[in-house]
Amino acid sequence: MTDGTAAPSSVVCRGLTKRFAAGRGAGADGGVLAVDRLDLDVPAGSVFGLLGPNGAGKTTTLRLVTGLARPTAGSVSIDGMPVVPEAVGSRDGIGVLDQDPRYYGWMSGRELVEFAGRLQGLAAGAARERAGETLALVGLADAARRRVNGYSGGMRQRLGIAQALVSRPRLLILDEPVSSLDPEGRRDLLALIADLRASTTVIFSTHVLADVERICDRVGIMADGRLVIEGPLDELLARYAQPLYRVEPEPGQEAGLVRLAATLRGVAWVDGVTKDGERLMVSVTDEAAASTGLLPLVVEAGLRLTAFERVRPSLEDVFLRLVGREGTAA
Amino acid sequence: MKGLPVLLRKELLESWRTMRLPIVGGLFLLVGLTSPLLARFLPEIIKAAAGDQLPTIQIPTPVAADAVDQLWKNLAQFGAFAAIVLAMGSVAAERDRGTAAFVLSKTVTRGTFLGAKVAGLGAVLAVCVAMAVAVGWTYTAILFEPLPVAGWIAFAVMAWLGLAAWAAITFLASTVTGSTAAAAGIGFGALLVLSIVAAIPNAGRFLPGGLAGPAVALAAGVAVPAGDVVVPVMSTVVLIAFALGAAGWSFRHQEF
Repeated sequence: MTDGTAAPSSVVCRGLTKRFAAGRGAGADGGVLAVDRLDLDVPAGSVFGLLGPNGAGKTTTLRLVTGLARPTAGSVSIDGMPVVPEAVGSRDGIGVLDQDPRYYGWMSGRELVEFAGRLQGLAAGAARERAGETLALVGLADAARRRVNGYSGGMRQRLGIAQALVSRPRLLILDEPVSSLDPEGRRDLLALIADLRASTTVIFSTHVLADVERICDRVGIMADGRLVIEGPLDELLARYAQPLYRVEPEPGQEAGLVRLAATLRGVAWVDGVTKDGERLMVSVTDEAAASTGLLPLVVEAGLRLTAFERVRPSLEDVFLRLVGREGTAA
Repeated sequence: MKGLPVLLRKELLESWRTMRLPIVGGLFLLVGLTSPLLARFLPEIIKAAAGDQLPTIQIPTPVAADAVDQLWKNLAQFGAFAAIVLAMGSVAAERDRGTAAFVLSKTVTRGTFLGAKVAGLGAVLAVCVAMAVAVGWTYTAILFEPLPVAGWIAFAVMAWLGLAAWAAITFLASTVTGSTAAAAGIGFGALLVLSIVAAIPNAGRFLPGGLAGPAVALAAGVAVPAGDVVVPVMSTVVLIAFALGAAGWSFRHQEF
């Protein structure tokens, strides 16, 4: 992974704000603030994961970036070109996959991808050739002649990826691209996105944190329309993920496990204790103290263990820490 | 207008594949076919139906102008219905299905998106009107006498213009409301209201309905003063331009 800080920014948002008028949701001041003064830099060539709970403002942000929605305040630019709905220059060389892809059902898959290529400026011959290649790439070569209205949800999502890739975009915007895919399709798509690294900037919104950990260089976490945190994935994990220990006793020691949890909650360097079935996950603030002090406490509790280990903090831990447990506080 | 030919091709292909063009084209062909037939045989049909119950009423012998008149009336009714049906979902259905957002995320301006739809709609109506008028002229020539082709071309252009006006009003409604049903309601409402307004003396010549008189006369080979043609034609063109301009303005301010 690269931290991408040296690369010029492909997408730049400054003070980006979107307020929907009353009627699209609740709001004491007569509207819903979907995106709130968002400042964001997506380095060229990076795979950027945009995370956040439902209603965080991810899809609205991506619609503002693609020019499908108009900001209430602030600006977006792509490769230095301001994004304005009526000006198409900023959309030149961009591939977009919508959260809920809908296409012309009367077209065949091949026709639709060709059509998308033509609208992105490819000549007829090049569009035909690229359509065949991208359909094969997403595993739809055999269904290329079938009408789109006969496609399943997963096939439509693959088709959406093909139409987004057909013009070999320099910026690929994917809103929940793996939501309808089966495990195999999900694995293939993630591999495909990973392969695009460096040649294409990818902005990728998802709820699946494991996918982001797998392929993203940088991560932005949104909540309530605001960017809670943004940066290289490794840096975020190092900075925000608390050291974590897994304590797994032999079965049938429930009472001892509960007692240990209560004891640990009173220890100064323990940040949190989560009982997950018959095991405890212990996050700590002082790793040095924990490495010498935790195991003796477990032994004191008289538990017979099957596992005691320091586990690698995951993006989920960071996410829950920043969004789930502590609300929007960065 | 980058992308216009690609989008226009898509509009025409969609009209064909979704059976809109074949069905509406068939309707117009039927109108072109039956109008001269109806004009020619209506007196005999009435006589046959009434028998000796209407012995004192003299039914005039039908002439070619009656066929032209009948064709205009049928186009004004069935054609207007078809124009509204064709236009009512053109923008609203694309917004509703999400395909408008798909197209507009490409290097396509909103003006190009609407322009292709307008051109596609105009082309479908033009093909349909041309078929109806060509068949109508042929049957009129067979059943009555050949009429001047130039007059029938003028008739076709004015019929197309009249239908384009109803399509443009419905297109505006489809764009502004984003609802196919609302667009249909507004289109048929406008057709009804403007038909009533056209009954007001001197008002009719400023409306699409004012095209009827000069169009029928020209097709029948009767000379018409230029003013009688220019006023309704220009009024209808202004109405269409206003509707399409308003649709474009509205669409530019919409979000997807």
